[in-house]
Amino acid sequence: MKAVSVEEAVAMIPPGASVMVGGFMAVGTPERLLDEIVRQKKTGLTLICNDAATPGKGVGKLFDAALVSKLTATHIGLNPKAQQQMLANQIAVNLVPQGTFVERIRAGGCGLGGVLTPTGVGTLVAEGKRQIEVDGKPFLLETALRAQFALVHAFLADYLGNLAYALTSRNFNPVMAMAADTVIVTAENIVPVGVIAPDHVVTPAPLVDYLITNG
Amino acid sequence: MDPQIIIARRVAKELKSGNLVNLGIGIPTLVANYVPSDLKVFFQSENGLIGTGPIPEQGMAHPTLTDAGGRPISALPGASTFDSAMSFGLIRGGHVDVTVLGGLQVDAHGLLANWMIPGKMVPGMGGAMDLVTGAKRVIVAMQHAAKGKSKIVAKCTLPLTSARPVNLVVTDMAVIGFPDGKATLLETAPGVSVGEVMAVTEAELAVPDTVPEMKL
Repeated sequence: MKAVSVEEAVAMIPPGASVMVGGFMAVGTPERLLDEIVRQKKTGLTLICNDAATPGKGVGKLFDAALVSKLTATHIGLNPKAQQQMLANQIAVNLVPQGTFVERIRAGGCGLGGVLTPTGVGTLVAEGKRQIEVDGKPFLLETALRAQFALVHAFLADYLGNLAYALTSRNFNPVMAMAADTVIVTAENIVPVGVIAPDHVVTPAPLVDYLITNG
Repeated sequence: MDPQIIIARRVAKELKSGNLVNLGIGIPTLVANYVPSDLKVFFQSENGLIGTGPIPEQGMAHPTLTDAGGRPISALPGASTFDSAMSFGLIRGGHVDVTVLGGLQVDAHGLLANWMIPGKMVPGMGGAMDLVTGAKRVIVAMQHAAKGKSKIVAKCTLPLTSARPVNLVVTDMAVIGFPDGKATLLETAPGVSVGEVMAVTEAELAVPDTVPEMKL
């Protein structure tokens, strides 16, 4: 793990990069990284995030600045700007059931080619996908999902990069921290090694590439 | 009584002590208000919490304690938190005893459409497809009709949420179940006759010899 400034970290992200962003309706999302992406105008992003948040909050800022060209998400109904950009074909949107979304990312982080899920069988979600029977039950083959960058927000990060999360701000963060080539983390609190007890570390330090220093 | 409150109170009667329950947004959220306090029900919020509590008092909200809509909530003693893979493992894995969801249409075989109106409303399915596919029991809580049109239809014209039929539909007029895969009128709302329900229901309903009134 290397400690870097938010400006240095975002400078590593090229325009057009694929980026996973933790958070659920902007709760547990790395706001400082998103602000800096907007400031450095990283255009044409492929965004992988549970939702589009709301304008002005979390990844909503990326839609405000029209930086997203492709989006994989489970729900964008609470961000009218993302909806408008989708309906105007400015962004290509792939909507995925939430349980499938997280399992595809988990598979991507765990060396699996994908998962078999019953969710979506017999619906529009099944279109173009392989259906596989196991013990007489139909499942969809949902392929693994990875990104070049994962932007993760933790409650605690120690000097080595061990991470712990708070309440409902955990959500997709630990799963995404497994599924990207480069993992960049912001934390509410940077603390000495040992403050997070081994049993309470959720994301082990070797998974973290960059920790954003306090501004 | 307000139609939404009739629905919420009737659905609350379906919950049993020890149940793990997931409530959708809208009318389903109201159900928690009508669960008797001596009943120990665990409510799950799919953003990563079991043991959701009421909205905190003014000034007590915490930014990392929210429901699936991002609104502040509280947590009850004995609550637990977890990541989204665990949350949907609970849902898809059959660990959730009851899910209560809103609906746009339910058809004569119990199939539900509740996530999309093509060309008009394409918000995304969020967790709905996993909930309907994986929960042990699926209850739909919705108004019987919208703008004078029956939401209990012969066949869904909107995209389905799951190929798995729901177990029970509770509306402001009736309770409908699907024994043997066929929509059946199980109860009527207070002051509503069987004839009135039949008159506003598009789907063909089986009607048993006696149809009791909802106990609220």
